[in-house]
Amino acid sequence: MRKWLLPEFVEDVLPEEALAIESARARLLEVFRVHGYELVAPPMLEYIDSLLTGTGRDLDLRTFKLIDQLSGRTMGLRADMTPQVARIDAHLLNRAGVARLCYCGTVLHTRPRGLTATREPVQIGAEIYGHAGIESDIEIQQLLRAALAACRVANVRLDVGHVAVFRAIARRGAVPGELETELLEALLAKDRPGIAALSDALDGATRQALRALPDLYGGPEVIDAAARELPAYPEIGAALADLRALVRANGLELSVDLADLRGYHYHSGVVFAAYSERLPSAIALGGRYDEVGKAFGRARPATGFSMDLREIARVAPRQARPGAVLAPHADDAALRAAVSALRDRGEVVIVDLPGHEAARAELGCDRQLVQRAGKWEVEAL
Amino acid sequence: MSGITIALSKGRILDETLPLLAAAGVGPSEAPEDSRQLIVPTARPDVRLVIVRASDTPTYVQYGAADLGIAGKDVLYEHGGAGLYQPLDLRIAVCRMMVAAPEGFDYAHAVHQGARLRVATKYLRAAREHFAAKGVHVDLIKLYGSMELAPLAGLADAIVDLVSTGNTLRANRLRVVEEIMPVSGRLIVNQAALKTKRAALHPLIERFEAAVAAHA
Repeated sequence: MRKWLLPEFVEDVLPEEALAIESARARLLEVFRVHGYELVAPPMLEYIDSLLTGTGRDLDLRTFKLIDQLSGRTMGLRADMTPQVARIDAHLLNRAGVARLCYCGTVLHTRPRGLTATREPVQIGAEIYGHAGIESDIEIQQLLRAALAACRVANVRLDVGHVAVFRAIARRGAVPGELETELLEALLAKDRPGIAALSDALDGATRQALRALPDLYGGPEVIDAAARELPAYPEIGAALADLRALVRANGLELSVDLADLRGYHYHSGVVFAAYSERLPSAIALGGRYDEVGKAFGRARPATGFSMDLREIARVAPRQARPGAVLAPHADDAALRAAVSALRDRGEVVIVDLPGHEAARAELGCDRQLVQRAGKWEVEAL
Repeated sequence: MSGITIALSKGRILDETLPLLAAAGVGPSEAPEDSRQLIVPTARPDVRLVIVRASDTPTYVQYGAADLGIAGKDVLYEHGGAGLYQPLDLRIAVCRMMVAAPEGFDYAHAVHQGARLRVATKYLRAAREHFAAKGVHVDLIKLYGSMELAPLAGLADAIVDLVSTGNTLRANRLRVVEEIMPVSGRLIVNQAALKTKRAALHPLIERFEAAVAAHA
């Protein structure tokens, strides 16, 4: 075994990428800050019982686990920060009104998720707790747009759905639990032949509604089509009204997909995903999950989104940066002053430590400080 | 990539897909069967075909290297379908995934006894789930082809394989003992592509649907 090899799907982040990640992180957190979202930093590991509640329920197999030698209880390395942030809102902040929180940190997955091919994504996201109306869904989506715009991610498309539509069809059609799960999987894959086969034994209205769902995607006109084709249950009417409000707030760039039911088990209202032309899967996922605080003893309405910072850094265009300035190593007050002045302006100044003249090219300098007539000046290298 | 890329595999899928492609207005501009080209232009300048190995089709579409693909349900089941939409049954390359055993082998008894069966297959996931649902212990042996040989050579008690006419089974003195699932060619779509290129992809999917309906 070569000792410097890393486990599969675990990697070192090298300088160029690390810089891109850090710059995206700074931009995103700044966008969150000016929108009034407070940064929190939950721990890397905690007891599994609190980690795997609410939105974390699906994460059991994805979570690395270990035994706490102090308590003998099972701890998990977080695979998702949203349950932790919900715990903070429910128990530590105890605000009566609205809490706006954001977070950024490494999470660990036992298996790489989706196409990212890493087991160590950096999750960044924002949440609004304590407000149940569509206004907070609109706010969180606008924040997502602002965040992606700040990272100059181009051609972003926001796609919205609403889990109450399928939930109402399943409840009112008395669809048994196991069948509901199979239908959910078929709907997620827009597997129309599968949906047709699974809905065969259900009543006419339910069958018709389920068969309509996979085709209800596209521009905002889909909402009107849904109103025509789906049963007039009040829950569906309310969901479609929510979606209309989102379209009004977002303009025509929004697309709708009523079969997009990701996270169906913990989401409770509007769900959304952002797509960029440069990525083969969603770049950000979010939605409403009003029940999530319940596990922590305080159910609070919540809506939010999260994304993988490393993916954002990969699709965001990189800025061309000027090369560094090479400064000789000399005990000279004027030189020290010149170097400080350059660094104050944001320039990178690298001191040429003696003995490595032959490898200077590795430093990436394109200019140097040279003494001309007693003054230190920057010249092309 | 601004145009549309469709992933296809050579062989049976391709033969039966060609009429559908032509009906959808994206027939290949040269016969892919005769060509060594792996990227084949079509009647539409913005649409191209890529010729891949059958089991690779879902991977190409999942990673967005192709926007659309045509893959058998067998291959999709093994892949798991993550990141894919499967909106259309193209009703091509129709066959069944079956359990088959040698003519003299008492399969029902062997299964009932709770014996550990040795099963040779290319379809590990489908076989594993099928036998797990029945509560039967099996040792799966992964093979890449000529499954029918495995029981004859004493490598396995039974096989899981695709059966269309059953001629190969009969020629090797095997018989079908159980059906696992019906298999046919599916149109698969990259999820992000359907969102970001809907204006281009949706009409094409509708033309495929119309072509399948006309064919039936």
